[in-house]
Amino acid sequence: MAETDIVELQKIAAQMRGKVIEMVAASGAAHLASAMSCIDILVAAYWRILRLDASKAADPLRDRFILSKGHAASALYAVLAERGFFSKDWLETFATHGAPLAEQPAPGCAPGVELATGSLGHGLPVGAGHALAAQIQKHDYQVLVCVSDGECNEGTVWEAAMFAAARQLQNLTVVVDYNKWQATGRSNEVMQLSPLREKWAAFGWKAVEIDGHDIAALVDALDRSKQEPGKPTAIIANTVKGKGVSFMEDDNNWHYRVPKAAEVEAAKKELGLL
Amino acid sequence: MRNAFADEILALARKDPRVVLLSADIGNRLFDKLKAEFPDRFYNCGVAEANMIGVAAGMAQSGLRPFCYTITPFITYRCMEQIRVDLCYHHLPVTVVGTGSGLSYASLGGTHHSCEEMGMLRLLPGLTVGGPADAPELRALLRDSLNQNGPVYLRIGKKGEPQMHADVPALTFGKSITLREGTEACILSLGTVLPEAVAAAEKLAAKGITTRVVSFPTLKPLDAKCLQEVFSMFKVVATLEEHSILGGLGGSVAEWKADHPELNGRLVRLGTPDEFLHLTCEQEEAREHYGLTAQGIAGQIESLLRPA
Repeated sequence: MAETDIVELQKIAAQMRGKVIEMVAASGAAHLASAMSCIDILVAAYWRILRLDASKAADPLRDRFILSKGHAASALYAVLAERGFFSKDWLETFATHGAPLAEQPAPGCAPGVELATGSLGHGLPVGAGHALAAQIQKHDYQVLVCVSDGECNEGTVWEAAMFAAARQLQNLTVVVDYNKWQATGRSNEVMQLSPLREKWAAFGWKAVEIDGHDIAALVDALDRSKQEPGKPTAIIANTVKGKGVSFMEDDNNWHYRVPKAAEVEAAKKELGLL
Repeated sequence: MRNAFADEILALARKDPRVVLLSADIGNRLFDKLKAEFPDRFYNCGVAEANMIGVAAGMAQSGLRPFCYTITPFITYRCMEQIRVDLCYHHLPVTVVGTGSGLSYASLGGTHHSCEEMGMLRLLPGLTVGGPADAPELRALLRDSLNQNGPVYLRIGKKGEPQMHADVPALTFGKSITLREGTEACILSLGTVLPEAVAAAEKLAAKGITTRVVSFPTLKPLDAKCLQEVFSMFKVVATLEEHSILGGLGGSVAEWKADHPELNGRLVRLGTPDEFLHLTCEQEEAREHYGLTAQGIAGQIESLLRPA
């Protein structure tokens, strides 16, 4: 990727982070830090990888992106609106009474939202179903599922991992947003998660570990994931919860905290948006 | 019944290219014909039932019509949240089939009994819930499941169930079938216990009590037209099922009847009580234990009509 491309995507990611901070501040919704940790993954996917046409959001041949960590919905909504799936005005009413965009995605809540998520451990099995359907119907779309590290506590993640490897779902990629925290503690202390890359590899996946905030590395890994014959790909994206704002980074209080006006301003300054 | 299931799924797969079958490591050789004819339409998902339901949801979202099949307790209790969130919340056309329902696997112990699952599942918005009495009813409901636009749960038996219909009946979800006419009592029977209902009616007839027997294979939606009629016509209406009297057919009809206080018929719920069965036994003895045999059913109806 050219340096100018990387700079452009980084700028977009900063804008998305600013948008998510505004959405959470306005609505009082939780999970700001979780949304910020996966922004670069979404930007890499939606700007460089996924074959999508916003005007045909339900095209059967589209690539699928499933945000299994539904609590980070604000990030998905911000990205989808920016890519033209629906009006950016919708973001202003995020998580408010009667608005289309709930705090966690509901079925068909907005064009481009593939699955109702929020209960953890659902995205990968359903994504595997999409990937298997593509093989049966001889379609060549790709399925990308983003899970959280806390979500890897759920048994269905590993059921799906074994299933996808046995079925050789090479059109399926999982990205683990590995920010090392879950709601109440370090994700490696609540449940033994490490060594995470080796776990996925042991389950029969091609598994790579990258810096989940290095957009060029993300694009490269997502691009390569399409080329591994016979195997699904797991990308372990090392991330930081609250990434982009110094006073939020790696501070798990921001799993639930809502920024005050002064904090919003300070955050946007750090992101280069003011 | 499971052989009829395998045979009917093959027939549906031949007619409809969207049909795929998922199983959870059961049915060794049962689906050999389907596998041979359509190698990419059968998937053994392993002993991982919750994932199987999620996979089916993804397939349905992509335009396929999946059927999921394994032993009832494992495809229901364990998968409650997947059925609720992945299937019902998205209103996806997936048919979940539990085999060996009720007390079919009595001898295998409580882990294999399913006397609560219909009560649990019928609470899920948009889920159609049914239990055919025999192989022909199963075939009819499997065919009709492809006409449904949302999720379906079907509880079926295992093998060797008596056939109550000579041919595949004109049956769809939400409808019932009258097998025998009568004037005093009526039995509404859900599932494979139907032969006991017919035999009970014969015993009652010998005592001068004529009994209507209705096969009532759909728990949700209920056949309200039938209920309206039988609670108007009969002094006693018995629900019969190999399921707890809480939440299943008896529970559903009791709720329905509470909304129809103008109807005089008396409801009696015949099923299993609110307990685990700790008796080591086969299905026949389990039915006997709970009074779900011809003798037990007839006795309870007679005691209500002709109190001693």
